Amino acid sequence: MADLSINFAGIKSPNPFWLASAPPTNSGYQIMKAFDAGWGGAVWKTLGVPVINVSSRYGSVNYKDKRMMGFNNIELITDRPLAINLKEIEEVKKYFPDHAVIASLMVETKEQWHQIVRDVQNAGADGIELNFGCPHGMCERGMGSAVGQEPKVLEHIVSWVMEVATIPVIVKLTPNITDITLPAMAAKRGGGNAISMINTIQSIVGVDLDNFVPYPIVDGQSSNGGYCGPAVKPIALNMVKNCAIHPDINLPISGIGGIESWRDAVEHILLGASSVQVCTAVMHYGFGIIREMKSGLEQYMDDKGFATIDQMVGKALPNVKTWENLNLDYKVVANINDDKCIECQLCYTACEDGAHQAIGLSDDPANRIPHIIEANCVGCNLCSLVCPVEGCITMERRDDGKSVVTWKDKGEANKQPTTFDDPLAGGLHHWVPEPAEALTKRKTRE
Amino acid sequence: MAEFKKPMNEADFNKNFAPIKPLMTETQAAIESSRCLFCFDPPCMKSCPTEIDIPLFIRQIHTGNMTGAAKTIYNSNVFGNTCGKVCPTEVLCEGSCVYNNTDVKVIEIGRLQTYATTQAIHEKKKIVTLPALNGKKVAVVGAGPAGIACASELRMLGYTTDIFEAKSKPSGLTVHGIAPYKITNEEVMDEMNYLIKQFELNIIYETAINEKTDIEKLESNYSAVFLGVGLGKTGELGIAGEQLKNCTGAVEMIEVLRMKKHETVLGKKVIVLGGGNTAMDAGSEAARMGAESVILAYRRSKHEMGAYEFEFDLAKAVGVQGWFNVAPLAILGSEAVEGVKFIRTETRDGKVVNIEGSEFTEACDMVIKATGQSKQTSVFDLIDGLDLDSGKRIKVDPISFQTSNNKYFAAGDAVSGGEEVVNAVACGKKAARGIHAFISK
Repeated sequence: MADLSINFAGIKSPNPFWLASAPPTNSGYQIMKAFDAGWGGAVWKTLGVPVINVSSRYGSVNYKDKRMMGFNNIELITDRPLAINLKEIEEVKKYFPDHAVIASLMVETKEQWHQIVRDVQNAGADGIELNFGCPHGMCERGMGSAVGQEPKVLEHIVSWVMEVATIPVIVKLTPNITDITLPAMAAKRGGGNAISMINTIQSIVGVDLDNFVPYPIVDGQSSNGGYCGPAVKPIALNMVKNCAIHPDINLPISGIGGIESWRDAVEHILLGASSVQVCTAVMHYGFGIIREMKSGLEQYMDDKGFATIDQMVGKALPNVKTWENLNLDYKVVANINDDKCIECQLCYTACEDGAHQAIGLSDDPANRIPHIIEANCVGCNLCSLVCPVEGCITMERRDDGKSVVTWKDKGEANKQPTTFDDPLAGGLHHWVPEPAEALTKRKTRE
Repeated sequence: MAEFKKPMNEADFNKNFAPIKPLMTETQAAIESSRCLFCFDPPCMKSCPTEIDIPLFIRQIHTGNMTGAAKTIYNSNVFGNTCGKVCPTEVLCEGSCVYNNTDVKVIEIGRLQTYATTQAIHEKKKIVTLPALNGKKVAVVGAGPAGIACASELRMLGYTTDIFEAKSKPSGLTVHGIAPYKITNEEVMDEMNYLIKQFELNIIYETAINEKTDIEKLESNYSAVFLGVGLGKTGELGIAGEQLKNCTGAVEMIEVLRMKKHETVLGKKVIVLGGGNTAMDAGSEAARMGAESVILAYRRSKHEMGAYEFEFDLAKAVGVQGWFNVAPLAILGSEAVEGVKFIRTETRDGKVVNIEGSEFTEACDMVIKATGQSKQTSVFDLIDGLDLDSGKRIKVDPISFQTSNNKYFAAGDAVSGGEEVVNAVACGKKAARGIHAFISK
């Protein structure tokens, strides 16, 4: 049986699943309940300067029948008194000495940083997370993402913290920046022990069409918030990967963003995270989802033969290349399994209107099963993605697997196309219908 | 049997006849509409006789454009709300949903259609922009689905119509002949009143066209005449005892039931003769009225029944028994029905033949004949040169719906011999275009 326990930059935890600093970690009550349910760690809702919160605070992006596939908030850091939070940290550690309690912090001056770091260390926290990510409210006061967007300021504050820190320090980064590796390197230079990402993305999730106000609405008005939930996972994965492969960073990464199942967690881990943090999924379904996450991760590790989390960390990184190193001679084409086809023709219309006109329909109106026009198929995947049937459209390899030619190779061999009408370019060889054929094509629903 | 207690009041009646396709809630509609795949060249649309753009209106429901959804539906089918409830969707749109090719539940298209249109009806949403009148008048005989569809389409083409209806309510068999668990009187009338307003329809009630002078007036006052007269009374079987008390036709029984509801008096032991959809309805209704036993007796085999399988399932589900290969020889009784004398049959070379010596008698106190309605030949006879086919149905051109007398057009059951509401609507609309082409020639 796989060992799920981790040692993340010196913070020990029975499993890699931590609650992110957010409403689910607002109180000792919630964190004890989470640990009791099976969570390995929790990053306490950010402690720091005093705040007042508004009502309402959350907005949602629903997709079809699914609620909260994207989620945003305009809530600030904890509005509970520091002394109570510190007392509760102590109490939680008394009940759960082997679980990870990490204190998220956000203050302004050097003196405040020194004081609060000492406070949480005295309370028994296992680690510290510096909140340089909050993209709403706090940044207007010069904290949160305002720090995360200024690598020099970030580095400076990290160094203040490190002057008094006796426990591991994680620097939490904002994605509201062009290149996440710049603040990550600043965190390293400042002496930080680890980084975590991503914090929420600045966002407006929607607008009330009747009253012309974005959500969430506060007395007829709104503000930009921080976006999270399943929708942000791809952005998070890319940023985790960017930091993990960067030779000058080399810090443990706690992956955050869109993690709702064991699969999401494994993806973060395979791209370089060695712990993962979850918020929106808990806000949606409660702490109980940890049962599925742990069991899925354990099963995956057993199936793949991973004994420890460490063995998995970054396993996908060697297969992430820059585009110029991809094999241009690799060729796949779509194949439709007639037995599985349910005749919706979504692949047809997607390819016809959205791709390369490489799917045809039968002249016999009784036969609704589309077919691939292999000469036109560029192997883009679109049909297989829109197909609503599992395993009906598959991509099949057509090259012999022997030849590897990359854009970079072509450059070195002087074979890259260089002029606009260069015959060495790719698209010139693809068949496309004449423009006017669009007007005589079979039309429906008009 | 007696799964249903005899309804003693309207509340009981409504319980026994609870809708089989109830109005969706907002949540149901949101989830159901989210499942539509938005197929290309959608099979559901192609199998709808009125060719409603189903994926479009489902998407409109899902995006909260309920009025747009209603417009999409009514643009193709003015009985959109009714058809959502009474159409045999299992063999039409839903029957061709691509989810039938999976083990995934098909989209409940009928209920979504009703959902969108109910909202438009209740909120009195304007769904059409009427063109200016062209000054030409067309007479429409019969305010059933074919007549209303024809008149609505004619209005969209600029014509004024006068609709002559023999009864006191519009919609024909929709209000008089459909099982109450499919649609209530109120639901039918809500849509009819909505259409009357939207299309400025002029319906002249309790005005039967049944004299030569009526016909002459129509011919002199109108540029064309549309016949949407439907069918007549239940036909005679030609066996002894049909005149007995408690021997009734199915459409006659259903009409009484729809109007008098729980006050309708039906038998305790009921035999329904016939194997079509009306027979299934009559059997179900008798059961829901508290009959102790209901037997559907059909003279052919089960697989030769005209009724849709799901209609037979509905009847069976309320305790109706199916008897096959039994033909009635006589209805027995002195004043009222006391039983039916049957003979067993078999099918030989496609023909039903009686098996000699197999006669038997089954006691009952009511017989409902669901064996087909007669044609309105007394009206047809008044019109010069109106050709009928061998089944006494009006012959029409399949595209223009013009009859052999070129001033007359016809559609609905008088032409088809008895089809669904949706077919009558589709043909009535096409006839309007035929009339337009004829008049503007």
